[in-house]
Amino acid sequence: MLGYEIFVDGFAISSLYALGAVGFTLIFGVSGVLNLAHGGTMVVAAMIAWLVIGDLHTGVLGGALVGIVAAIAFAFATYFATVRPIQRSHAIPKEETEIFILTSTLLWGIMIQTAIAYLFTTNPVTVPPLVPGVVHVLSVRTPRNEVLIAALCWLVMAVLWLFVSRTRAGKALLAASINPRALTLCGFELSRIHLLVWAIYGVLAGIAGVLLGTYLGASSDNIGPLTASAFSIVILGGLGSVPGSLIAAYVVGYFETMTAYLIAPTLRSIPALVIVVLVLYIRPQGILGRR
Amino acid sequence: MTRSLLSSRVFLGSVVVLALAALVPFLGRVVPFIAVPYALGVLTSAYYFGVFAMSWDLLFGYAGEVNFGPTFLIGLGAYAAALINNILHWPILPCVIAAAVAALAGGLMLALPALRLRGPYFGLVTLVAVLLLQDVIVVFAHWTGGEIGMTVPDVLSISADTNYWIALAFLVVSAGIIYGYARSPLGLILQAAGQDPVEAAALGFNVAKHKLAAFSLSAVMSGVAGAMLIFYLGSASVDVVVDLAIAVQVIIAAVLGGRRTILGSVIGAVFLILAGQILLPLGQLSTFVVALIALLVILFFPDGLLGHFLRARERA
Repeated sequence: MLGYEIFVDGFAISSLYALGAVGFTLIFGVSGVLNLAHGGTMVVAAMIAWLVIGDLHTGVLGGALVGIVAAIAFAFATYFATVRPIQRSHAIPKEETEIFILTSTLLWGIMIQTAIAYLFTTNPVTVPPLVPGVVHVLSVRTPRNEVLIAALCWLVMAVLWLFVSRTRAGKALLAASINPRALTLCGFELSRIHLLVWAIYGVLAGIAGVLLGTYLGASSDNIGPLTASAFSIVILGGLGSVPGSLIAAYVVGYFETMTAYLIAPTLRSIPALVIVVLVLYIRPQGILGRR
Repeated sequence: MTRSLLSSRVFLGSVVVLALAALVPFLGRVVPFIAVPYALGVLTSAYYFGVFAMSWDLLFGYAGEVNFGPTFLIGLGAYAAALINNILHWPILPCVIAAAVAALAGGLMLALPALRLRGPYFGLVTLVAVLLLQDVIVVFAHWTGGEIGMTVPDVLSISADTNYWIALAFLVVSAGIIYGYARSPLGLILQAAGQDPVEAAALGFNVAKHKLAAFSLSAVMSGVAGAMLIFYLGSASVDVVVDLAIAVQVIIAAVLGGRRTILGSVIGAVFLILAGQILLPLGQLSTFVVALIALLVILFFPDGLLGHFLRARERA
């Protein structure tokens, strides 16, 4: 019985982690950028959705869409305010751009965190569930919403896979993550591909954020831990590898859920952190990393 | 020639700033309306912070290692000292030595993966190290006081003046050690090892040995400064010596002051702590403003305050 509960609960949270981390790893794969304001994107989506649903009475679906649009806008703001100026700066040596982008996105994340804490306080807000009611999955009473979350996450990832493997723009994206220089030689504008990947990232993180808001709630205090868990998942799976991130998301999600159920909810995050450290000592390139 | 001129400029500047710093306790006799004990208290914390930032800059600017968790080393030192002082009732000096040993062990633990991992991978290890230390402190709340923190029976001094002098002296000695090391031939080799480990190794230098030395020095200085800070404050808590927010502040201080300058870190730290005090009326928004200023400096003056000044001279 407990095993089933862990299985069902862990599946929903892991799917959410997977969706959040895939966008994060795509950006790294295509442009070599690690966005440490990632948690901010997710929480912004949830906050805006909550605000719109509560104040403008748009209905849950309308609010969720506005939340996702807000996440896309925030992703572009991150790119134009903190990433592109550093990539183009002449004063920053090429080998140091990485640390500068890490620092600037981190600062950006702190800014959005304090701004949200100031405007909405640090109390978590809960977006109304997309569908009400409960169903029995493997004899575990599960909110319908939780089932929908897992299904939606997989649907979105399937759409992403179709986009990357079937459309011209998607193939260019994939090519950019393999060899950007060759792609520019083929006549593709790399900066447009970067814009595309940030837009896709905004959509993925926005959906993940709104769904997280309906499931666990969102608050400004979540921004740091959300970024840290995406970072760990992506490193565990291998930087830039989408399938690796998917596997790692389930590993981290299930370890957290098992700890919460079997040992103590307060220790939730510890085993995942230990695993990440062990993996880095033993197999630094992660599960499916290509180095 | 330029180099010696530059360093003499830096030296002259430091002497002037130091003289000004030494005048602060006597400020009350000249300008009566300034709350001197309060100003001294703020600067005392800022000086310990300066040592944190210098230690970080040694690793980042010279060894080329991005340590996202300076508070792992600081916190190890601070909590080692606090626990020993509380449980074994050792006097302050042995506690500080124990803090150095604990931080050294932590530094070597970090150095181990650092020698194998590059860039973001190592960054994550340090980030996780801080989160784990924080979790461990909370889990063993019985001894450590958990999130609330613990008081230490012994304090350095109850006089604001004495505390100020101790902090200033500690800052000067630390700056001498770290800056001296960074400017010595050893520091030059370290810098080469950080920027191009392959070439440095090809020149016959033992990259691993030099990086280990840098990690050890950075860890010992961080740990000792952490211990001194809690013996000044009279308490140790996660919010003051471990939290990621503090780690970020240390990094901001070093980058603001100018990476690869060591002494710039002190300027950055003092600036950051003073800005935090001045912006205090803004409440929650003060963090926002500090982060914004740091972001703007990174975007427009990536060399930092002191670095900008020094490199402008170099170009001229």
